[in-house]
Amino acid sequence: MTVPTPAPVIDLDGVGFTYPDGHRALDGFTLTVGAGESVAVLGPNGSGKTTFALHLNGIHELQEGRAAISGLPIADGHLPEIRRRVGMVFQDTDDQLFMPSVREDVAFGPHNLGLRDGELDARVVEALEMVGASGLIDRAPHHLSGGERRRVALATVLSMRPDVLVLDEPTSGLDPAGRRELAGVLATLPITKLLITHDLPFALELCDRAIIVSGGRVVADGSCVDILADEPLLHAHRLELPLGFDPRAGWAARRTP
Amino acid sequence: MAAGHAHALYVHGHSPVHRLAPEVKVAAAFLFVIGVALTPNEGTWAFAVDALALVVVVRLAELPLRFVASRALVVLPFVVFAVFIPFIASGDRVEVLGVAVSAEGLAAARAIIAKSVIGASTTVVLAGTTETPAVMAGLARLRVPAVLTTIATFMIRYLEVLTGELGRMRTAMTARGYDPRWLWQVKPIASSAGALFVRSYERGERVHAAMLARGFTGEMPAPSLRHGDARQWLAVLWLPAVSMAATVGTVAGL
Repeated sequence: MTVPTPAPVIDLDGVGFTYPDGHRALDGFTLTVGAGESVAVLGPNGSGKTTFALHLNGIHELQEGRAAISGLPIADGHLPEIRRRVGMVFQDTDDQLFMPSVREDVAFGPHNLGLRDGELDARVVEALEMVGASGLIDRAPHHLSGGERRRVALATVLSMRPDVLVLDEPTSGLDPAGRRELAGVLATLPITKLLITHDLPFALELCDRAIIVSGGRVVADGSCVDILADEPLLHAHRLELPLGFDPRAGWAARRTP
Repeated sequence: MAAGHAHALYVHGHSPVHRLAPEVKVAAAFLFVIGVALTPNEGTWAFAVDALALVVVVRLAELPLRFVASRALVVLPFVVFAVFIPFIASGDRVEVLGVAVSAEGLAAARAIIAKSVIGASTTVVLAGTTETPAVMAGLARLRVPAVLTTIATFMIRYLEVLTGELGRMRTAMTARGYDPRWLWQVKPIASSAGALFVRSYERGERVHAAMLARGFTGEMPAPSLRHGDARQWLAVLWLPAVSMAATVGTVAGL
């Protein structure tokens, strides 16, 4: 008996992208991510990580190759559905949070999906509960602390019930406690995650799999601990572990709570 | 950041004025100010009546009079020139404290100051009893084009971000010994203004990308606030009626 395998959540094949100024940002980018996976996307600055992320919900138009989310090609015809499926959390929360109150900001996505009134309110409450930020609902986003903003930014995409969460440098600018709270929230979310980061211990804590992006393509793909333990590989791509950090020990600590 | 969730001009409260629907308040304030602005210069008592009406509103709104007065002082730099009018204007002369000034100019100066102070105070009361997003919603309900209210909403949202960026740039300049005293030292300020513009523009692009990522199609959701009913509209009618009646009364020469 054969069970039909579900389409991978992210399916990119040979994606290439050149910016108008001639800069070649992606060059034969190929990646497949299955449902429920947590993948760390590592790589030096300017390696194409963010350009790749902006392809996932069609903000950058596909120039070469093939790209699909849960079997649906990323193309003009169904961008609204693609954008519902891919929840993007941007690096700068001031970019992500643009409405006057947390409630309106979290409601922005589902409102664009056509939800109204009671249904919309329920989504907002649900998303804020998932990130432990129910108490912030009537605050102004720009008056929140860094950690609170980050969790609210997460809620603004969770309210669209996405298939995959794409987080661009989620720990940048967070204090250790804020980083800890964010890790706690992310670990409890039963959803496919793509974590773009330079924070290698954070990646190890949340992801089973890691890829290294360099020169606009995936140059390494494997278990997170194996990649992080491969020092020559990391150095070849301008990545470094914090002083004294042992990925094997970190991995073991994660396995035994 | 100390203001919590509120905006700088808003005074938290539960007065009858706070409870009014925003479009009702915006319309009443706007029409009242129109009535004040149309008052002829010689309408001394008309301005007194308008000011009295405004004091009644301040009392109803449970706002401290001192708060309104101090906020309304922002018009002062703009009306300073009005002080010179009585000395410069031609026409019949009258003696004030032993100085001969133009009667016409005196009336004009009085009217300019009265109109601007009453007008500014009205907006202070509006902003003090209505949160900024609600003011925007009120404007939208009064058929102000959505493009304008959206731009204004974003401007208010990012004003603090921009001021923060400007502050950090100034700190960075000061930290490297920049302490401008003379006009020829102004160049770094000009180039930082340029840098700020470019940064704002780039932020605009990033915010737009973030909006698209969440399915933005060009229409902003309207905040769910209660609409004003006929009772509310009737309740505020007296305010513009007072200023309009005072204007008409002055014109008719009462």
